[in-house]
Amino acid sequence: MGRPGPSAYHRLNPLTKATVATVTAIAAVALGGVVGPIILAAAAVLSPALVAGVLGRLARLSLLLALPIALSAFIVNLFFFPGAEQVLLRIGPITATGEGLRFAIEILVRILAISGAVTLFYLTTRAGDLTVDLERRGVSSRVAFVANASVQTVPTMVERASLITDAQRARGLDTEGSMWRRIRGVVPIVGPVILGSIAEVEERTMALEARGFTRPGRRTLLWTPADSARQAAVRWGLVVGLLALIVARVTGVFG
Amino acid sequence: MTIALDGVGYRYAGATSPALLDIDLELRDGEVVGLAGASEAGKSTLCLVVSGLAPRTVGGQIRGRITLDGEDVDAWPMHRLSQRIAIGFQNPSTQLSQVTDSVFEEVAFGPMNLALPREEVAARTWAALETLRIDALAERDPRRLSGGQQQLVAIAGLLAMRPAHLVLDEPTAQLDPAGTHLVAEAITRLARDGVSILVAEQKVDLLAAICSRVFVLDGGRVVLDGWADEVLADRRLAEFGVMELSTVQLSRAAAASGVAGDRLERALHA
Repeated sequence: MGRPGPSAYHRLNPLTKATVATVTAIAAVALGGVVGPIILAAAAVLSPALVAGVLGRLARLSLLLALPIALSAFIVNLFFFPGAEQVLLRIGPITATGEGLRFAIEILVRILAISGAVTLFYLTTRAGDLTVDLERRGVSSRVAFVANASVQTVPTMVERASLITDAQRARGLDTEGSMWRRIRGVVPIVGPVILGSIAEVEERTMALEARGFTRPGRRTLLWTPADSARQAAVRWGLVVGLLALIVARVTGVFG
Repeated sequence: MTIALDGVGYRYAGATSPALLDIDLELRDGEVVGLAGASEAGKSTLCLVVSGLAPRTVGGQIRGRITLDGEDVDAWPMHRLSQRIAIGFQNPSTQLSQVTDSVFEEVAFGPMNLALPREEVAARTWAALETLRIDALAERDPRRLSGGQQQLVAIAGLLAMRPAHLVLDEPTAQLDPAGTHLVAEAITRLARDGVSILVAEQKVDLLAAICSRVFVLDGGRVVLDGWADEVLADRRLAEFGVMELSTVQLSRAAAASGVAGDRLERALHA
């Protein structure tokens, strides 16, 4: 029993997609260099995204997710690579180096591969599907709930922040204009968002208790995501492949 | 099947004064009992105490005796009580689990926790949705519904638990008149099926329509109790911060304007 999904990739078991994302992210780091992670990303991120019809959204979201850290890592490595000698450019006291540029590109490719893998999973998997699947495999319903609720909290808090922003604007708060004004405008919004969320926790806990959430033992699952022996084999294959890659890197087989 | 409170008092953790004092209350099979009172009179606290959440989840100190069908529930864990007593709160967003993708799953959340057979969970869920006439919302994302719709979903989630006793703390606070009417209908139907229901409400007209008895709280004490029609016609209601029934207000306004009572009666029934 599974829920219909818009594409074959969406319909894969959530654990399979989680395994693909995790293995891709770790392998991108383990592979090193530039070509390896690019081929990996093309095979494990871009191709499935094309099949799932989410390539455009994937590009936008993963860039947004990776941009701050990718940019800062790129700049730091480009200009401050320790022991670099091949000078490319001098800007005042700082120097861009060839070694720094190569390493910065490597880091950039890895970060993009990781954010792409994570974003693909997010775009093609409902949090509830993963937690139901984990519950079916024996994970405690409380652990599954906490994992699911943590993911679902983000959009709820974004919505709350938007409501509070509107309310504060209606009371004269200036959140537009210069960067300094925007930063100042964030302060009166952060407090109510966080405090409001904390205040709701008690009532939410009570509502869950009243609906039998703390009852010991397993609960009924109305449906479970589809799985197959082939997918299980793929998952194990990916894990074994990743372990082999790490061993090869550690022992120097890849140089 | 009866819930009985005998001399119950309750103090929140860290509070210097008690929130409830010497409450005697009995809730019998198929009976709907109303709770009225100003803000901070103790209505919500009494709902928490009757449901068992206070002090089990909320903390604090309780005294007196609470029995369920003659059995002292003092040592019962919350998950055991929740199979007999359900409680609904006024804020719909905090009552939804926030982890379900459809209204159907949200309503089924409670019965699933009780580990009922899958067919039973589905049957209860559809029955609860149909009772509140929200079966058309079954596939919708509960987080994308209006406040009123979310409240109906939350109440449906309680109905699906098939509790013997139901405690509702201002269940219609977010509802429009049509939604309020649906909840009133559902309460009446449940009572007819033998469920005992305690409803805390500011809407006294609703209490008059569905309750057989009403308790009025003030400062954590019961200051008026009795048959709903008698209590809700009591001239002291305003003293305790409770609005009078609209029919009582109308009668008084008519009398003040010199309109004869029988004429008003005829006009109302015309």
